Amino acid sequence: MVEFGGWEMPVHYSGILSEHMAVRKSVGVFDIGHMGKIEIRGPQAAQLTDFVTTNAVHKLQTGQAHYTGLLYEHGGFVDDILVHKVSDRGFFLCVNASNQEKDFEHIRAHNRFDAAVELTSSRYSQIAIQGPQARATLQKLTPVDLGAVKYYWFTDGEVAGVPARIAHTGYTGEDGFEIYIPPAESERIWARVLEAGTGFGIKPCGLGARNTLRLEAKMVLYGHEIDASISPLEADLAWLVKFDKGEFVGREALLRQKEAGLRRKLTGFEMTGRPIARDGYEVYVNGVAAGWVTSGSPAPALNKNIGLCYLPVELARPGLAIQVIVRGQPTDAMTVETPFYKRAK
Amino acid sequence: MYPENFRYTKEHEWVLVEGGTGTIGITDHAQQELGDIVYVDLPKPGTRVEQGRSLGSVESVKAVSDIYSPVSGEVSEINPALADAPEKLNEDPHGAAWLVKIKLSAPGELPDLMSAADYQNYIGAEK
Repeated sequence: MVEFGGWEMPVHYSGILSEHMAVRKSVGVFDIGHMGKIEIRGPQAAQLTDFVTTNAVHKLQTGQAHYTGLLYEHGGFVDDILVHKVSDRGFFLCVNASNQEKDFEHIRAHNRFDAAVELTSSRYSQIAIQGPQARATLQKLTPVDLGAVKYYWFTDGEVAGVPARIAHTGYTGEDGFEIYIPPAESERIWARVLEAGTGFGIKPCGLGARNTLRLEAKMVLYGHEIDASISPLEADLAWLVKFDKGEFVGREALLRQKEAGLRRKLTGFEMTGRPIARDGYEVYVNGVAAGWVTSGSPAPALNKNIGLCYLPVELARPGLAIQVIVRGQPTDAMTVETPFYKRAK
Repeated sequence: MYPENFRYTKEHEWVLVEGGTGTIGITDHAQQELGDIVYVDLPKPGTRVEQGRSLGSVESVKAVSDIYSPVSGEVSEINPALADAPEKLNEDPHGAAWLVKIKLSAPGELPDLMSAADYQNYIGAEK
């Protein structure tokens, strides 16, 4: 067990490799009850949510969710979050565990609207069911027609007889669902999900597989690819930023950055040989220090060692020979197109 | 589980001394804690090592861990099987997946290490 955002969580159950492959080939289940929840309600809930995030909240329909950035005025990330539109007057935010208090204070500090902000993490447990058999597994436990819930949409229904918010979202690069349930029911529902997936070879998955899965899919992790010093433009997340939606926190700084030109950009790479790049290792290009590894790991579904790094923007393109400093040794790697893994649709 | 004829370190290595040479590995407890091992970095034969100093590293999917030498001496042999099959460390850490052999330069160090019974108490208390 490791401590993560104040929670004791297993890095692995049966082993990261087998858990990872269960999600890629069939189905895996993750206890992600540590994730924070913030709710924004009131006549101007949409205006506040739009003002503190980068994506276009006004375009969300009721029952739809999107991934978005919560930024400081200077354009760096407070957090990366999911926003669910529950109603015209209600938004449900799923945020990183270790950022939740900071996020809550940040949103409250910018609340000049007729809206109430509440930190409601303790009211929900969260379980992710991920993989090509995720839908078939979860369907056994709910009367909701999961086939009718489009990707990045959600619905309120029941799972195992208990009220649940069922979202067609995930952090694995695979098809899947995340369910929000009452904490008192979480152990029972966890057991029911495992039982429902038995025929598919379902595996409980820990933080280790969650990390390797998201990395293969090039999904960023706060504290690694992004933090207060990194903007969404640098993190290759420009698609999250809707400049045309009007005023939002961080907009001016991002516009200035765009105008001045980026200095660095997140780039994927593959190790040429067997050594593994790890978070924080230095990256050299032609013998000169050029950047750092934000996440590095074996990629179990690809049988390669991969990573993400920041490089000067003029070097941030696929096909460049780079060296990662592994325990003092410059070790060959090559920048590549991302995502490393893309599921067949 | 933990062979009586091995000596153990607090960092979860073992050594089996036979005729002035120590065979070194990581313990079953270590491989369980590490999870799937995917890479092993070992010194070249001829490298001099000191007790308690880094001898190399093992990497699981999740992280890198140093291997600390249980004894001082000179590396005489490395296990050639591990370069292509590091996962053997998960399967047989006390046997086929030994890491290196070291020609001991200070056999007097051995009493510093734990017996099998002491090691089992130690990992029991660590949990």
